[in-house]
Amino acid sequence: MTTGTPTAPLIEMREIRKAYPGVLALDDVSLDFYPGEVHALLGENGAGKSTMIKILTGALRRDAGAVLLAGKPTDFASTAAAQAMGISPVYQEVNLIPAMSVLKNLTLEKAPTRWGMVSWRGARAMAEAKLARLGLTLDIDKPVGSYSLAIQQLVAIARALDDTTRMLVLDEPTASLDASEVAALFDILRDLRARGIAIVFITHFLNQVYEISDRITVLRNGQRVGTGLVGEISRQDLITMMIGRELSEVEAVARVRDTAGGAPVMTAGGVGRKRTLAPFDLTLRAGEAVGLAGLLGSGRTELAKLLFGAIRRDSGTLTLGGTDIRATSPRHSLAHGVAFCPEDRKTEGLVGELTIRENIVLSMQAKQGWLRRVRYRDQLRIADDMIRALGIATPDGEKQVSQLSGGNQQKVVLARALASSPKVLILDEPTRGIDVGAHADILTLIRKLCDRGLALLVASSELDEIVATSDRVAVLRDRAMIGELVGAGITRDTIIGMIAGDDGG
Amino acid sequence: MNRHYLPLIATIVVFVTLFAVGGGMYKNFLTTRVLGNILADNSFIIIAALGATFVILSGGIDLSVGSMIGFVGVSMAVLDRAGWHPMASALLLIVFGMAFGALQGWIIDFCEIQPFIVTLAGLFLLRGACFMVTLDAVPLRHEFVREFAAAKIPLPGNGVLRSSALVMLGSLMIAVAIAHLTRFGTAVYAIGGDRESARLMGVNIRRTTIQIYALGGTYSALAGVVYALYTSSGYPLAGSTLELSAIAAVVLGGTLLTGGVGFVLGSLFGGMILGLISTLILFNGSLNSAWIMISSGVLLFAFIVMHRFLVGTFNLRGTA
Amino acid sequence: MMVADVLRPRGAGLPRLRDTRAVWPVLALIAILVFDWVMVPNFFQIRVVEGRLFGNVIDILYRATPTALVSLGMALVIGTKGIDLSVGSTIAIVGAVISWRIHAGDPHIVILFEALAVAVVCGIWNGSLVAGLGIQPIIATLILMVSGRGIGLLINLLYGGTDPSFDSPLLQGLSTGHLWLIPTRLVVGAVLFVALWLVIRRTALGLFIEAVGGNAAAADLAGVNARRIIFVAYVLCGLLAGCAGVILTADTHTSDPVSVAMYIELDAILAVVIGGASLGGGRIYLGLTVIGALVIQALTTSILISGLRPEYNLIVKSVVVMIVLLLQSRNVRHHVTMLFQGRRR
Repeated sequence: MTTGTPTAPLIEMREIRKAYPGVLALDDVSLDFYPGEVHALLGENGAGKSTMIKILTGALRRDAGAVLLAGKPTDFASTAAAQAMGISPVYQEVNLIPAMSVLKNLTLEKAPTRWGMVSWRGARAMAEAKLARLGLTLDIDKPVGSYSLAIQQLVAIARALDDTTRMLVLDEPTASLDASEVAALFDILRDLRARGIAIVFITHFLNQVYEISDRITVLRNGQRVGTGLVGEISRQDLITMMIGRELSEVEAVARVRDTAGGAPVMTAGGVGRKRTLAPFDLTLRAGEAVGLAGLLGSGRTELAKLLFGAIRRDSGTLTLGGTDIRATSPRHSLAHGVAFCPEDRKTEGLVGELTIRENIVLSMQAKQGWLRRVRYRDQLRIADDMIRALGIATPDGEKQVSQLSGGNQQKVVLARALASSPKVLILDEPTRGIDVGAHADILTLIRKLCDRGLALLVASSELDEIVATSDRVAVLRDRAMIGELVGAGITRDTIIGMIAGDDGG
Repeated sequence: MNRHYLPLIATIVVFVTLFAVGGGMYKNFLTTRVLGNILADNSFIIIAALGATFVILSGGIDLSVGSMIGFVGVSMAVLDRAGWHPMASALLLIVFGMAFGALQGWIIDFCEIQPFIVTLAGLFLLRGACFMVTLDAVPLRHEFVREFAAAKIPLPGNGVLRSSALVMLGSLMIAVAIAHLTRFGTAVYAIGGDRESARLMGVNIRRTTIQIYALGGTYSALAGVVYALYTSSGYPLAGSTLELSAIAAVVLGGTLLTGGVGFVLGSLFGGMILGLISTLILFNGSLNSAWIMISSGVLLFAFIVMHRFLVGTFNLRGTA
Repeated sequence: MMVADVLRPRGAGLPRLRDTRAVWPVLALIAILVFDWVMVPNFFQIRVVEGRLFGNVIDILYRATPTALVSLGMALVIGTKGIDLSVGSTIAIVGAVISWRIHAGDPHIVILFEALAVAVVCGIWNGSLVAGLGIQPIIATLILMVSGRGIGLLINLLYGGTDPSFDSPLLQGLSTGHLWLIPTRLVVGAVLFVALWLVIRRTALGLFIEAVGGNAAAADLAGVNARRIIFVAYVLCGLLAGCAGVILTADTHTSDPVSVAMYIELDAILAVVIGGASLGGGRIYLGLTVIGALVIQALTTSILISGLRPEYNLIVKSVVVMIVLLLQSRNVRHHVTMLFQGRRR
């Protein structure tokens, strides 16, 4: 709409750097945001989108770099400071107090007061005005939690907006909305854009990117992959920027695919769960690696967890080595020889306080039961074997796992799964956020495991990783499996084509 | 109707039922005199519970309440012996309570230590301070104390509202006003509902936390003043385990211990339920603290399980 | 530059010392004992009187035993990221049960097991609320804390309640008697400590508790049955509180539910924290927990012998808690470091 109008940027972010222990979340990223423009920010989990906007809105402090507001250097000490300068954020998930009324949510810390007392009449007028700005009519005395997520999202936006708003930052605002709700939201965004407000829009729905945004930036592994006007970037290019590696270093590992496959080890028939993943069929064979490809939010993690039993399925059957598995829980799956490495090492993978050795033996110990303790000598041997086999960089197994780098932590999670001597191994994002060396190590390891007859399922956002390691690829889109690719059919272009789908053009 | 009133309604129903049961069992129970006595006898617990309500609404806990009551009591008694006017020493000690609470709040937020542990240290410290001030029971002899004890407003029927009950009702009104008519009050609910969201919505967590515990300390100190005036003496062991009664009153009053849901007014009824139980057992003739403790425990259990059920069924905390 | 280079190796050594958690509680205990030794030169003297050992050090061990037992149970519960406020009430109930059954005429050896069984029931109650109903530990154990002493009083009523005192050579022998030269309760405490250590460290229970307390979600995905582990921790905590209850009750050979083991839950939590475990769960240090309990008792003893009024006990204790906690706080350490760096510049 306003594309191409040469105006000065409202916000310039210059070489922003932010590091967490073991991870460089943002590596000198620069971005400009213009008034009257919708700027879409894309990238996989951990690409640095959320960190970027948290720095922009004062929720996080940057380690290095500069933020310029209308040409002047600024430094937001808090979200309140950023909001005072007209930058209004709507964060993903956590953005309202569900137990409080709409009225109180809309006017928290903003309600007009006289003599220190809140004028609830004034606050009501304020809340109604905020809702009217978005054309909403709600019972503002009901708790926010009693409304649908879509309405909650709109209430959060209504809260963020006021007369002084110059920039609106939306983190995944459409994740929980249906089509008509998205349309309503976009009408509101277009109206705001026409009023000259700069809008930052984080999403993983490509259609929406093309529908609403003027400018697109793609982040990956803490770096900016590219920025361009929406008309200049094709859908294929965009997917390539997000999940396909421009460099062909990984493809060097290309190999002969094993299309024959061994005996079926795990068979899922119509396994699914409402509002999580549509029912799917999938067979894992001994000595075969199956890749799970799809964009963020397509259902990769959900599929992996459904198979492992970490998410309870509400339909379908699961057979393991010929026997039906009815009860599903991580414990049962482990007992049946299925192991799982979760995507999020910190919250789901490791017990950070424990040592490397203790983390490695945890699963095999759980499988044996608490009474039959793995002897200390055996623990040491297993830990040492794993440390050597996976190349974990540590003097010994007695180091606290939280002190390891990301790549080594990932190897510990992998070692734990392997120590439980599984027949099926499910890996969710095995190479997320780790350095290049460890990356190659883990890919090589995946191949080796396969050759030893393990059935593997690898979910990944790195397309080339999937192309390089998989014998078969299951492609996911919009929380459903849309197809399988086998053998020579597995190329980056075919997968991107499937993900882009019919409407991809 | 707002489902957040459900726990409060349950509390009022229990109170009315207990009162009616008492009336059915004993003559002279359903009178304003019994009601007036319950209000007067439990005024200090209710005042302490009012402060604790804010703390618990924010998702915290304050264990220093009982020791604060004891410390304020002995300090007033000793200052009385030194010739201070009770009003002057009361004012000084209430300011002290506020400052002590503020310090606890600051440590909780700045050092990121659980409120439980910080206020536990506060409990030890203040109880130790009691023993430093005096080891004996010290009477308050000032004229004002007698006047305070004698002041009362007649109620219809045979009952009276004693001065301690009046102080309690006054502080209740202030607490209700703070909870519902200030930005601070809304911020307390917000922090208890979801701390991280509250921070992202612009609530100054540190300032609010300090204010919450300062308010709690103020109310505990006021409870100590009322207790000292009501018993006209200071005793270094006074108020032991009263923090538990205050917490119980808050929970019985329908406030979720997980924070974010509840009403200050509920704590009045929660405290009165506790008082009603003691009165019922007293009327029964078998004055036995065992039954008082057990029945408070049983009620506490019932309410905690009920709250859990209500939270689960009606999604009180609104988490999807 | 030169100075910085010289300083660096020493700086690099510091965190290693700080990470050795055993150092701090042991240093604290030694510091207190040295202080006592300076105050009272013959502090470490141990005499034999009437066939048993006497002396300040023995006295500290003797008095610390019940708290240490409760602390060990608390260490398990805190390891699961929980807390048990009801240990004092459990002790009160155990005391009342002992007194009641003795008046009812049960054999004393049976009474010992009855008392421990009651303590286990208390643990099962807490464990069911926390692991079964999913109630927050502070809240769940508050229920028994509030009503437990009342239950004790009620049990005293069962036999009239006029005189809860009793005589029991067996139980009193366990508590105040002596085996050869050593006070029996020290032997009992040592045996229980070794037994618990075997249960925690020679089975996988300790690892599972630490995994559940450290990261419940990860432990679940790794196949650990978190609920069952948490339940077991509360039951063991109840059992250990029961053992402490037997010793304390036999010591006074009466049941006094109102004041027995007052604030013992707080001392126990304190001992665990001094022992270096975080209330955030995830680590069990059995030996250091005992050291923590000894630190608390040694503090009390040194206040006594230093001539300070015993009233200072609580204040000293609370100041020690705060110092320990402040040292553990990241924010404080950060600001203190900043302060020193600023000064150096």
